[in-house]
Amino acid sequence: MRNIAPVYHCGAMFRAVFRLSATGARSLARSRACYTAPLASRCYSHGKVESDEEFDARWVTYFSKPDIDAWELKKGMNTLIGYDLVPEAKILDSALRACRRLNDLASAIRILEAVKDKAGPHKDIYPYLIQELKPTLSELGISTPEELGIDKL
Amino acid sequence: MKENEWGRLANKMLQLIAGRVSSLVARRATLALTTSSARMASHAPDPEVTEAVDMSRPMYWDRLDTPLPDKLYKDELSAAEKSLKEKEKGPWSQLTNEEKIALYRLSFHQTYAEMNQPKSEWKTVVGGIFFFVGFTALVVWWQRVYVYPPRPRTFDDEWQAKQLQRMLDMRINPIEGFSSKWDYEKGQWK
Repeated sequence: MRNIAPVYHCGAMFRAVFRLSATGARSLARSRACYTAPLASRCYSHGKVESDEEFDARWVTYFSKPDIDAWELKKGMNTLIGYDLVPEAKILDSALRACRRLNDLASAIRILEAVKDKAGPHKDIYPYLIQELKPTLSELGISTPEELGIDKL
Repeated sequence: MKENEWGRLANKMLQLIAGRVSSLVARRATLALTTSSARMASHAPDPEVTEAVDMSRPMYWDRLDTPLPDKLYKDELSAAEKSLKEKEKGPWSQLTNEEKIALYRLSFHQTYAEMNQPKSEWKTVVGGIFFFVGFTALVVWWQRVYVYPPRPRTFDDEWQAKQLQRMLDMRINPIEGFSSKWDYEKGQWK
């Protein structure tokens, strides 16, 4: 998975977030090559850069809110899909559980579709995510779009 | 709503220009110009008459980058659909695949696969471009025939020949330019 996007990382082999665009150029410019931030990444030298782990944690927390409402789920998902990345499995897990709390199966399936579309030409991201989410999917009883046949016309 | 107005306007324009024969093209163009995304969900939209969408209220749209639109696709549920929604509150593993698909279709109009499918809209666009360029050509031809003044006599071949001879006699640009290319001894171009 690492060689999908040229981002330089220190630490874990599987990156916290899959970067789709070539943000590697930006990380080259900065002297600390530890991580690049997918958002709030302006070129000011004094600004705080959010790490991948912080980004993931923030979103997991967002969807983990016990009394999350439908609007917050929609807003969160639409914002997340708007970013130039494929969300990590743990964020999606949190979002799917939020769907469960809201009794919204359709949105759960929609999230899976959106994530597959987000991966674009990188065809190996989606199967990996489904594999990671398998326990959650079977626990919550969410069928993938492929199982329902709606991934075809 | 604006898109639908443009669609209707273009439809009328095309009908005026092309007549009844091309109403099919006009209808296709109207369809193309009317975006299919903003439609009232509760009934099937008629392509000729699209009712005005109230844009002050939350709208539904199918967009790849917006997976969860502001409202559900179907807001008016039948009794069967309502009972399905009740069943959705229980464990989802108890739902059959058909029920899951039905729940999906209640909330959403098109799947991502349907959104991604290739359309033939570009043919209408290119066709429209050619049509209007052709129409402009007709306008330009009409202008040439009915608007332009008569051709100046300075364009006649005889006049041009005399003009050229005069330029040579005056030694126009004799060093590097015009007259320098004429061989005055031999009386021909170099």
